[in-house]
Amino acid sequence: MNKNVTVRDAGDVKVLDLKGKITIGAGDLHMREAIHQTLAGGAKKILINMKEVTTIDSTGVGELVGCYTTATNKGAKLRLANLPEKINDVLTVTQLITVFDVYTSEAEALEGF
Amino acid sequence: MTESSRSPVVLWLSSRYENIELAMAALEEVSRNSGIENDMEHWIGMALREAVANAIKHGNRQDPEKRVMVSFDVKGDDITIRVGDEGPGFDSGSVADPLAPENQLRPSGRGIFYMKTFMDLVTFQNGDGGGGTIVTMTKNFKNKKP
Ligand SMILES: Nc1ncnc2c1ncn2[C@@H]1O[C@H](COP(=O)(O)OP(=O)(O)OP(=O)(O)O)[C@@H](O)[C@H]1O
Ligand SMILES: [Mg+2]
Repeated sequence: MNKNVTVRDAGDVKVLDLKGKITIGAGDLHMREAIHQTLAGGAKKILINMKEVTTIDSTGVGELVGCYTTATNKGAKLRLANLPEKINDVLTVTQLITVFDVYTSEAEALEGF
Repeated sequence: MTESSRSPVVLWLSSRYENIELAMAALEEVSRNSGIENDMEHWIGMALREAVANAIKHGNRQDPEKRVMVSFDVKGDDITIRVGDEGPGFDSGSVADPLAPENQLRPSGRGIFYMKTFMDLVTFQNGDGGGGTIVTMTKNFKNKKP
């Protein structure tokens, strides 16, 4: 699998651990591939763990939005957890924080998923 | 510190996305020499990433033969960064608002908004003879972030 995305299972939830930079030409396409593979495998619940993400740019944000739309169109639910403060700020200023289903911890996100 | 150590730093980059990291490394160096603290450097870096990405993508269309110019200039507590490309230029006034409800779920169109959010002033100029775009971004790095 790609170096900045790993996928694991937590019950019936697929957890994607993102790491490092989600930026143009770097981590942006890995996330998309991972989400598409997960959805193709029939997953209906996807949790993106952002804990280890250091930087995201507009391309990475666009990828997140695209993944959210793709998941929703396939009848799957997508949640985000463990947003570092700066990543949270980047999503807040474009008012996306209210679009995504955001949780402060993985445990909280998994609860009632 | 001598005045000369604060004179403009200029880089010329081939139009490849991995070269964004060279611009970031230069910013790190300039920040260290100018007393720009880490958090502030992070937000300035975010704007720099967006400007260089746009120069490579929309300006030079990823043609590695075309170059992106990046310059850093620190005067007092202000840093000015210029990013130039060899592209077609564009009308920055007609860029869609990413906060408009109909644009909220679009996968693109947020880069310039981020530049304007994280810097104090961002202006776009089309180059002489219609060629290229120069983005000029200024930030007072002693002010708290917006
Ligand atoms: N250097 C440039 N040369 C030519 N056109 C540009 C340049 N910079 C920006 N543009 C134009 O302005 C538009 C908006 O740029 P902006 O960075 O806000 O969004 P984007 O690059 O399309 O998407 P995103 O940055 O969210 O991935 C671009 O789509 C492009 O048409
Ligand atoms: Mg852009």
